[in-house]
Amino acid sequence: MKRLLPVLALASVCSIANADQLTAVSFGGAYGAAQQKHMLDPFMKETGHKILFENYSGGIAEIKAQVESGNILWDVIDVEVIDLERACSEGLLEVIDHDSLPPGDDGVPAAEDFSEAALANECGVGNIVWTVLYAYNNDTIKGGQPSSIADFFDTKTYPGKRALRKRPQVNLEWALIADGVPKEQVYEVLETDEGQARAFAKLATIADDIVWFDSWSQAPQLLNDGGAVMVQSANGRIFDAIQSEGKPFEMVWDAHLYDLDVWAIVKGTKKKDLAMEFIRFATSSKPLSGMPEVAYGPTRNSSYAYVDKAVIPKLPSSHLDKGVKASGEFWADYGESLGEKFNEWLLK
Amino acid sequence: MDNNSLSVEEILESKRLLKRKKRMLLAFTMPLLIFVFITFISPIATMLYRSVYHPTVSQLIPLSLAELSTWDEAGDQLPNSQALKQFAIELQGLSKERLSGKLAEEVNRLKPGSSSLIKSSARKLKKKSLEELQQSGDTLLLGYSKKWQDINLWRAVKRSGQAFTDSYYLTTFDLKRNPAGEIEQRDTQIYLKLYWKSLKIALIITCLTALLAYPLAYYLANAPSKIANRLMVLVLLPFWTSLLVRTTSWIAILQTNGVVNSTLQALGLIDEPFEMLYTQFATIIAMTHILLPFMILPLYSVMKNIDPSYFRAALSLGARPVPAFIKIYLPMTIPGVSAGALLVFIISIGYYITPAIVGGTEGQMISNIIAFHMQSSNNWELAAALGSLLLALIIALYWVYDRFVGVNNIKLG
Repeated sequence: MKRLLPVLALASVCSIANADQLTAVSFGGAYGAAQQKHMLDPFMKETGHKILFENYSGGIAEIKAQVESGNILWDVIDVEVIDLERACSEGLLEVIDHDSLPPGDDGVPAAEDFSEAALANECGVGNIVWTVLYAYNNDTIKGGQPSSIADFFDTKTYPGKRALRKRPQVNLEWALIADGVPKEQVYEVLETDEGQARAFAKLATIADDIVWFDSWSQAPQLLNDGGAVMVQSANGRIFDAIQSEGKPFEMVWDAHLYDLDVWAIVKGTKKKDLAMEFIRFATSSKPLSGMPEVAYGPTRNSSYAYVDKAVIPKLPSSHLDKGVKASGEFWADYGESLGEKFNEWLLK
Repeated sequence: MDNNSLSVEEILESKRLLKRKKRMLLAFTMPLLIFVFITFISPIATMLYRSVYHPTVSQLIPLSLAELSTWDEAGDQLPNSQALKQFAIELQGLSKERLSGKLAEEVNRLKPGSSSLIKSSARKLKKKSLEELQQSGDTLLLGYSKKWQDINLWRAVKRSGQAFTDSYYLTTFDLKRNPAGEIEQRDTQIYLKLYWKSLKIALIITCLTALLAYPLAYYLANAPSKIANRLMVLVLLPFWTSLLVRTTSWIAILQTNGVVNSTLQALGLIDEPFEMLYTQFATIIAMTHILLPFMILPLYSVMKNIDPSYFRAALSLGARPVPAFIKIYLPMTIPGVSAGALLVFIISIGYYITPAIVGGTEGQMISNIIAFHMQSSNNWELAAALGSLLLALIIALYWVYDRFVGVNNIKLG
């Protein structure tokens, strides 16, 4: 018995820990910190449950591996809409009951309070509106101040390196727009072989001046250390570098590609109810209103009541007219084939 | 019987003892064998199997595939209406079980653009009743989109239904099957080039490490032990440092405003900074640095055991230093060189982290594409095929090496 006691004690401690512990996964950086501050910490304080917070870099491979092996390590996950469509239809996510979401703090029912896109997919609840834009460094830019996506491709007027994330998404859209395709027709054109060839041809005009990176965290870093004079970036990373580190960066909103991030639940998790409880909390008016701290727009109208008015012009939602909505459907269709063509093009 | 030989009982006893000893040894190695089997052999076997056996679609729509089996896919007719109806019924079933996305993904792989078509049609079919589908499922389906009338789509559906397939291996050779079933070149040519490039990079790195390590190992082996030990620490210290730290420190050295460029610029030797980071050059130099100990250590251990008097004897017998070195010393170090070369080459051909961090696009190797298919495109079957080919390549090289140099010549320490 003497020997057994510590074992029993340990086992009971473990089981207590397991019962109330949730694993949430998101993208880290300034965004993750804001989520920790406004969503996770208040939730833990209010309910006494513990949440482990992990980072990933997007994509659905890890979720797929967990669901297919039946070894679910993540419970709640922050997904880009571009991946959501695919993950949901492949049965990797739980269906979420949107009716159970609480109304806004002003009493407006959830269905009306959320923007339409936020609840468009049955597997997710919209969390933020974010965007991919390009930014330049005032200290290193030569030839004036670029203002359009065409300027990004104009290496004569604005000499220097451009940093892009190494994947076809966003880059091909930008190439077409810079080549004169109207924003509304981008995906239509990109569906055709000629359109794809045209996009690659446009990218090829600046191929020698591109620095490729893999993770969003590299973007502000490249801009800062002189690796590039212009970088593609998630808007929040640049905003954070300007705001909290006082970097001389400038954001260009022309043809930014905006998208939503949603909270979703990994299929087969044993803590589905707790996960749902967390999502209900995290997507209520007050926690969402903390996201503009890193310049990501909340998906609920009622959240704006709490948002600092000075920040609103910096949010993607204030520049939707200049932007393009990233198409999850298009990339579910062509992500893989264009990914391959993109790799082939890179090897040339 | 004389006293020196053993009696029958003694022979039996000694045989029994020997057997027991062997069994004991086997028992001691058993944990390792089991470990190797669980963590190495079985995953590789699964991977090999996965690259040819892919039953997803055949499990999702078995009845439609049975109907389609009689359809002449090389012709220009759509499958018959019975097959279309059956497909509509099964698609509805998949939609209800939330599995239509799986089918969509598989077919989309063979016919890009069909994913949204299949998913949106599945959503619409969900609301129909079974009777309706049995009666007019075919017209419903064809009515949803013109794309359903594309024969290539149905060819893709039928082909994706083959449980055993060679298509992933064809892809690794940049080949595919056309609608008539013949093998032809793919539109995108990527994988063979990458294998070739990986081989080239690995070979360059092997040569570089050998060139750098040989004189150093020679010096270490012949220096007084006090100096040799100190220098050895300099070799081992980087070896013990985290791989990521060493790789990222190369970023600091090579980047546009990095150590090298700013030094050269400060000295006035260059006006424009060199572009070194995110190139093949960066991959090669960083990997050479990281793999250097794998060449130095076997070389050192071999050289340490060479009696210096052979070389001195050659000299005293009148050989000039260079021929004496080539004829006497070099052949004796071959076991070390070949062990180091084989180690470095095999490690570098499958290297992943360093090319991913400092190589940019130009310095990519085949392993980076395998990772891409594992992590981003979710095409695990293709990743398995690519990985299998890499394994086959290494085994083939090992075989060639064994034929011409002899594996027995390897000496690791």
